[in-house]
Amino acid sequence: MNFGFSDEQDAIRDTLARMLSDHATLAVVHDCLETAEGFDSATWAALAGGGWLGLAIAEDYGGSAMGAVELAIVAEEIGRSLAAVPFAPVLGLATPAIQDLGTQSQKEKLLPGIAEGRLIVATALAEDGGSAPERVSAKVVQDRLSGRKSPVLFAADASFALVAALDEGGTVRLYLADLSDPSVSINPHDAIDRTRPAAEIVFHGAPVELLPGSDPAAIRTLLDGAAVLAAFEQIGLAERALSLTRDYACERQAFGRQIGSFQAVKHRLADMFAKIELARSNAFFGAWALASGDNRLAEAAAVARLSALDAVQFTTEESVQLHGGIGFTWAADPHLFLRRGWQLKAELGPADLWRERLLCDLANGPAAAN
Amino acid sequence: MDFSDSPEEAAFRAKASDWLDANATRRDGSEKAQDHFMARDADEVARARDWQSRKADAGWAGLTWPRAFGGRDATPIEQVIWNQEEGRYAVPPNVFLIGIGLVGPTVMIHGTDDQKTTFLPRALTGEDIWCQLFSEPAAGSDLAGIRTRARREGDEWVISGQKVWTSGAHYSTHGILLARTDPQVPKHKGMTMFLVHMSDPAIETRPIRQISGSSSFNEVFIDDLRVPDSARLGGESEGWKVALTTLMNERFSISVGRASGGARAEELIDLATRVERNGRPAFEDGEVRARIADFIARQRGLEFTSYRVMTSLSRGDAPGEEGSIGKLLLGKLRQEMGAFGMELAGTAAGISAKSGDDVARWRNEYLTAPGNRIAGGSDEIQRTIIGERILGLPPEIRIDKDVAFSEL
Repeated sequence: MNFGFSDEQDAIRDTLARMLSDHATLAVVHDCLETAEGFDSATWAALAGGGWLGLAIAEDYGGSAMGAVELAIVAEEIGRSLAAVPFAPVLGLATPAIQDLGTQSQKEKLLPGIAEGRLIVATALAEDGGSAPERVSAKVVQDRLSGRKSPVLFAADASFALVAALDEGGTVRLYLADLSDPSVSINPHDAIDRTRPAAEIVFHGAPVELLPGSDPAAIRTLLDGAAVLAAFEQIGLAERALSLTRDYACERQAFGRQIGSFQAVKHRLADMFAKIELARSNAFFGAWALASGDNRLAEAAAVARLSALDAVQFTTEESVQLHGGIGFTWAADPHLFLRRGWQLKAELGPADLWRERLLCDLANGPAAAN
Repeated sequence: MDFSDSPEEAAFRAKASDWLDANATRRDGSEKAQDHFMARDADEVARARDWQSRKADAGWAGLTWPRAFGGRDATPIEQVIWNQEEGRYAVPPNVFLIGIGLVGPTVMIHGTDDQKTTFLPRALTGEDIWCQLFSEPAAGSDLAGIRTRARREGDEWVISGQKVWTSGAHYSTHGILLARTDPQVPKHKGMTMFLVHMSDPAIETRPIRQISGSSSFNEVFIDDLRVPDSARLGGESEGWKVALTTLMNERFSISVGRASGGARAEELIDLATRVERNGRPAFEDGEVRARIADFIARQRGLEFTSYRVMTSLSRGDAPGEEGSIGKLLLGKLRQEMGAFGMELAGTAAGISAKSGDDVARWRNEYLTAPGNRIAGGSDEIQRTIIGERILGLPPEIRIDKDVAFSEL
C-alpha cells in the first residue's frame, strides 16, 4: 500500500513552491485583479524556464515526460499560489489532448511551444456556460468551424484554441483553431475572477484541424483527467485559504482572547480541514487512476470533483466570514480565494454535471462509461 | 502511488490467508463482515473464546505485541492486513479488542512483573475478557472529572462509585478502572488506575438499552469493592498518565481496525429504483440523484482516507493528520444516509410495515449512527483536537486546571 507521494515527488513540490512564492505573491494577484490583462506573464515565463510547463510532455517534443502524479503536484501548488496563469486549460486539457489524440505534425507544431511558454492553447469546450461536450452546437463543415464558445479562459493571450464541435455526422470531436484567423472574434466577459480572464470566441467559418483521436470516449477521459488535476488545484487553493484564516484567528483578539480560542471559530476551522482532507483522499484516488490508466477513472474524477467543489466553497466562504469586516474589503486577501474558487467551478462544470457522471458510471459499470 | 502490497506485506498476507483458509469458513456474499467487537449472547462469547484460543495456539493473537509477551512483533500494517484477511471469514466478534488492544499494552508499560505474568497470557488466549471502566455519568468527554473514589485501608483499597457506557461489561471477566484517590489536588493529579475482577459481588452490571433498542454497553455500580494494593496499575496518583497510554492505544486500535462503516451509499440507489416519488421512480428525481451522488462521494473519501492511514503505517510512521477526520465524518454521514433512506422508503417515514423491510433497515442505520458521533471522543471533542493539535489554535481556557478537585 502506497497511497501518498514519494520523497522525489515531495522534493519536486518544494522546488516549485519556492519558485512560486518568489514570483506569484498575493500582491501580484491583487495587481492582476486591477489590470485589464489579468494574466501574470512573468510567472508563466518563470514556470516555462523551470521546465514546469513541459513536465508531462514527451521528451521528443521538449518536455520531461513525467507522470500524472507529478502534474497533480504542480496543480496543487499553482492552486495554493493563486498564480494568474492558464495552468488548467493549457496543461490540464490542451496538452494531453494534443499529445494523446493529435497527429505527429500537430504535436510538432504546438507541444514545444507550450513547453517553452511561447504558445498558449486555450480550451473552448463549453457553450453558454455549460461544459458537457454532448451539448455542443458549434459545427465543422469541410474543415470550417462556425459557432460560439463561452467561457474561454485566457482567450486574449492564446494563439490557438482546442475546440469541441460537431463533425458533419453530428459527433462531438476536438479541433485546433488558429485564433489569429480573421474569421475569429473574441469578446471579453466580465468574470468573477479577472485574474483568469474569460471571453466568448465567435468562429465564422474558421479553418480548423481535427484531432483524429478525439472520439467521444476519448473526450470524456480527457475531461476526467482534467477534473482530477483541477481537484488538486482546488485543494491547494482551499488549504491556503484555511491557513490564511487560521493565522488571522491566532492574531485577532476579541473579548480579551485570540478569536481562534473560541469554539465557534475553532470548530469551523476544523470543519474546513476535514472537508479539505476528504477531498484530498478522493483526489489521490483520481491521481492514481489517471497515472495507472485504471478503468475507475470516471468514478474517481467525479468523486474528486464533487468533494473538491464542496471543500472550496465552504472554505472560501467561511474564510471571508471569519475575517470579519476586513474580509469583506477589496484590499484583503480572502476574496481572491472566493473568486478563484468560483472560476475553477465554472471551468469544468458545476457539481450537477459530475453527480450525473458518477451515477451513470456506477449504473453502467466502468467499462461501459469509457 | 499504488495499492499493491510490498513483497514483505504480500508474504505476510499469504501466510495469514493460508492459515485462515485451513481454520475458518469464508463468508458467502450474503453474510455481512463481522466488523463489531460486541457479542450478542453467551453463545457468541463462547465461540469468540474458542476462536481466540486457536489463534493464540497458532501465533496469530496479539500480533503487534512483543514476542517476550507471547506476541508476534508484527508491524501495524501487518495488523491491518490480518484484519482485512480475517474479515473475509465468518468469525465471531472480537470481544478481546479492549484486552489485547488497550489493556495489554498499558500493563506492559505500567504493570509490575507479577501483573504482566498474571494478565498478559490470559488476555492473549481469550481466557480473560476485559472492559474499560473509565467514563462516568458526570465524566465523559472530560474524563479527568471522574468521581469514583478509592480509599486506602491498610494494604487494601476500597472503591465506590459508578461507571457508565462500559462496552461488554456484562460478559467481561476483568476491568481496568480509573478512580480518584486524592481529591485535595487538581483533577488530573489525584487519580490511580486499578485492575479488578468483574465477578466480585461488590460490582453490579446493568445493561443500558440504546435508542436502537439493543444493548451493547452497561452501567456499572461499584459498592465498597475491596482490592489488594497489588491490583494498582502504575503509581499512586499516576492514573492519568496510565489512562493516556490506554487512550493512545485505543486510537491506534481504531485506526488499524476495520472501519465500521454501516450501509453502503450504493444501497440507496437500489432503494431509489424500487420506490416512487411524485409518481415516478425516485431515482429519476433530481434531488434524490443529487443526494445519493454526494453520499457516494463522501463515503469514497472516507474509504480512501483509510488508505492514506495505511500508507503511513506501511511506511512505519504514526497515523498522520488524515486519520483524525475519519471518525468525525463517518457518524454524520451514516446519520444523514439513514434519515434519507427512511424518507425515501416511505411517506410516513419511520413507520414500518414489518421488521426487516426498507424503513426498518434504514431506521436501524439512523438510530445506531449517533453512537459513532459520540463514542471514542464526540464530534465536538474531535473538532477541538483538530483545531488545537493539527491547526495549532490556542487551547480552551480551563478554569478547573489548577483547582483542587474537592473545590470544584
